[in-house]
Amino acid sequence: MSAPTASLTWFARHELGLFWRDWIGMMTAGRRTRGIVLTIVLLVAAVLLHLMAHALVGPWLAKGVTPDKSTLVLLTGGGVLFWSVMLSQALESVTRAYYARSDLDLILSSPASPRKLFAVRTAAIAASTMLLSGLLGAPVIDMLAIDGGPRWLSAYGVLAAGSALAVAVGVGITLALFNLVGPRRTRIIAQIVAAVVGAGFIIGIQAAAILSYGTMNRFEVLESSDFIALAPDPGNPVWLPARAAMGDGMALLLVMLVGFGALAIAITVSATSFSKHAIAAAGVSRLGVRQADGAAVFRASSQKQALRRKEWLLLRRDPWLLSQTLMQILYLVPPALLLWLNFGRSAGAAVVVVPVLVMAAGQLAGGLAWLALSGEDAYDLVVTAPIAPRVALIAKIQSIIVVIAIVVAPILLLIALLSPAAAAITALGITLSAASATAIQMWFRAQARRSMFRRRQVSSRAATLSEAFASIMWAGAAAVLAAGSGLLAIVPAVLALLVLLLAWSIRPRTA
Amino acid sequence: MPTPTLALDIKGLSKRFDRPAVDGLDLKVRTGELYALLGPNGAGKTTLLRMVAGLLQPDAGHISILGIDTARDPVAAKRVVAWVSDEPMVYDRLTPLEYLQFIAGLWEVAADIAEVRSHELIGWLGLAEHANERCGGFSKGMLQKVALAGALVHEPRLIILDEPLTGLDAGSARAVKNVLLGKVREGVTVIMTTHILEVAERMAERIGVIAAGRLIAEGTLDELRARTQHGGLSLEDVFLDLVAENERSAAA
Repeated sequence: MSAPTASLTWFARHELGLFWRDWIGMMTAGRRTRGIVLTIVLLVAAVLLHLMAHALVGPWLAKGVTPDKSTLVLLTGGGVLFWSVMLSQALESVTRAYYARSDLDLILSSPASPRKLFAVRTAAIAASTMLLSGLLGAPVIDMLAIDGGPRWLSAYGVLAAGSALAVAVGVGITLALFNLVGPRRTRIIAQIVAAVVGAGFIIGIQAAAILSYGTMNRFEVLESSDFIALAPDPGNPVWLPARAAMGDGMALLLVMLVGFGALAIAITVSATSFSKHAIAAAGVSRLGVRQADGAAVFRASSQKQALRRKEWLLLRRDPWLLSQTLMQILYLVPPALLLWLNFGRSAGAAVVVVPVLVMAAGQLAGGLAWLALSGEDAYDLVVTAPIAPRVALIAKIQSIIVVIAIVVAPILLLIALLSPAAAAITALGITLSAASATAIQMWFRAQARRSMFRRRQVSSRAATLSEAFASIMWAGAAAVLAAGSGLLAIVPAVLALLVLLLAWSIRPRTA
Repeated sequence: MPTPTLALDIKGLSKRFDRPAVDGLDLKVRTGELYALLGPNGAGKTTLLRMVAGLLQPDAGHISILGIDTARDPVAAKRVVAWVSDEPMVYDRLTPLEYLQFIAGLWEVAADIAEVRSHELIGWLGLAEHANERCGGFSKGMLQKVALAGALVHEPRLIILDEPLTGLDAGSARAVKNVLLGKVREGVTVIMTTHILEVAERMAERIGVIAAGRLIAEGTLDELRARTQHGGLSLEDVFLDLVAENERSAAA
């Protein structure tokens, strides 16, 4: 054996081995040809993304980029947007390290040091966050380097430091929550914080743009002269990450020192208490939760009512699932604000919010449909019940429709007051988008525990992609139709139907 | 309408995955008897019972439950059957009482009757203290008891159980056995698989031994003893003899 058992390197090799098998399994699903096809698809996607990035950064670089205040504001603003998503991911991963039981019980009951395990797992989270942010940022950074010079490659260093800092902050928040609210509430609060952080900055900046400029374009704020005038001078340390990204060596060194230093401190401080908190987290699932009046919900209900009420009760009682679902709704806040501000003044604003609503409804329907159709914890019970499968399916779909209606109805009403035609188009778009997402989830239905909701997008990439493309196409069609170009709306509508046809043709066949 | 004499009548049932799991199996279980189905791992017991419960579609053959053809009228068949899997099918975020009321809703049991039965079953199975607690924090044994209560709340006439006593402590196992024997005395038919041969020996009126997807022996314990070469005393001896004999004849 090359490394002593349960040493840091031994744990690192073990974790790396598990990660590699998981990744290969996810990519190939046990089929070599699938891996080859996927590699080709990823290469083509990478080329396309680089071309798109070239179209984005080319004109900007052509104007001549210098480290003046406006450039620093734009880069920092974009960077904070990106970092907020990194922090959201890191926070969720760190929380999972405490609560996921898979092999934790085995390791915690062994004589191996939990401190070393946590150090390795935190480092692994940082590494995966760096990898993900690197992959996402690569098209823009590569094109900046090709079009603007190799100095831009130092942006990769900023991404790495940002990832390390995000994980350090994630560890800090988790530890603070353990100490402040205890293990029982830490997971749910951390997940809600992650969701809000992930969406919050984007929503906040959109809201600021709406309030100040009446537009939903978040970069409008970052490029405005008023905002730039309020920003600190170019010599301020707040611009260090932006300077580092532009190739300032000293700034890069400082940024990396801060990022990796924070991670090292977070690991050192938190590793000693990991075992204590992980054991406390393990005890949470054994704590009983008393309910007062739930049984009354099912009393005197028909078969379909029982199924519908069960779906709503389970959704209501699962704060994490609810937070994930409500996160979709969070994105509806800026368009609602835009509508509110334009109430009675301009029907044009309604046109702007149509695609946002249609997209959000599609995403919401996809999540709810997965929960109702695939995430059935008592699958055997429902199948062996004396109810025709078609009737059970209808009941479950009805439960989804009601939730979506409750969410979108108030905004639809606002649009209707502004422009009845736009409201009708939005309602049609929402119906088509939600119906498409539900149909796709129905075709790709695969029995799973509700707690696997987070991994639903990984378990069927075909379903996830089809759902997203169908929603985008219906949103596009609705937007074009709302703008008054009826004929042009046919193109995205036909594309949406083609996506559905493709999804239907590749759906898994049941035995 | 008179009660049919056969609770379960299976003819030529087959199901194939990568190899035959159930292979042209015939089985008759009389109304009001407790029938134990034994077999080594992978013999096809669970596949057979899942087809009876309507969870798997047979490739060939016929299943009749209390005279109802499951292929022709699956909903009517399901109305009289309860299925209890070895993995309890319970919602983490419902309480036992809510779970039973939900099942009562699916089987269309009148609300007042369902409420009385739910409390009765929860009491019998020693769950009264936890009746209003979410099932998420329950042990496997407690979940198994909740699932069993769920199976009984709609008063099925045929109860199918796959390893019902796995994970139960001695007290809980006795409570479950008593409930099942009580149901048999009321005329309900119980079919169960078990690896605990002592349970089959003590509880079952007739025992079926299944291997490689086929029923290789069937009868009372005495009838099975008579079939083996050594006439072993315990069911374990009889079972191991029968399986070994079947493997020898398959290899020959």
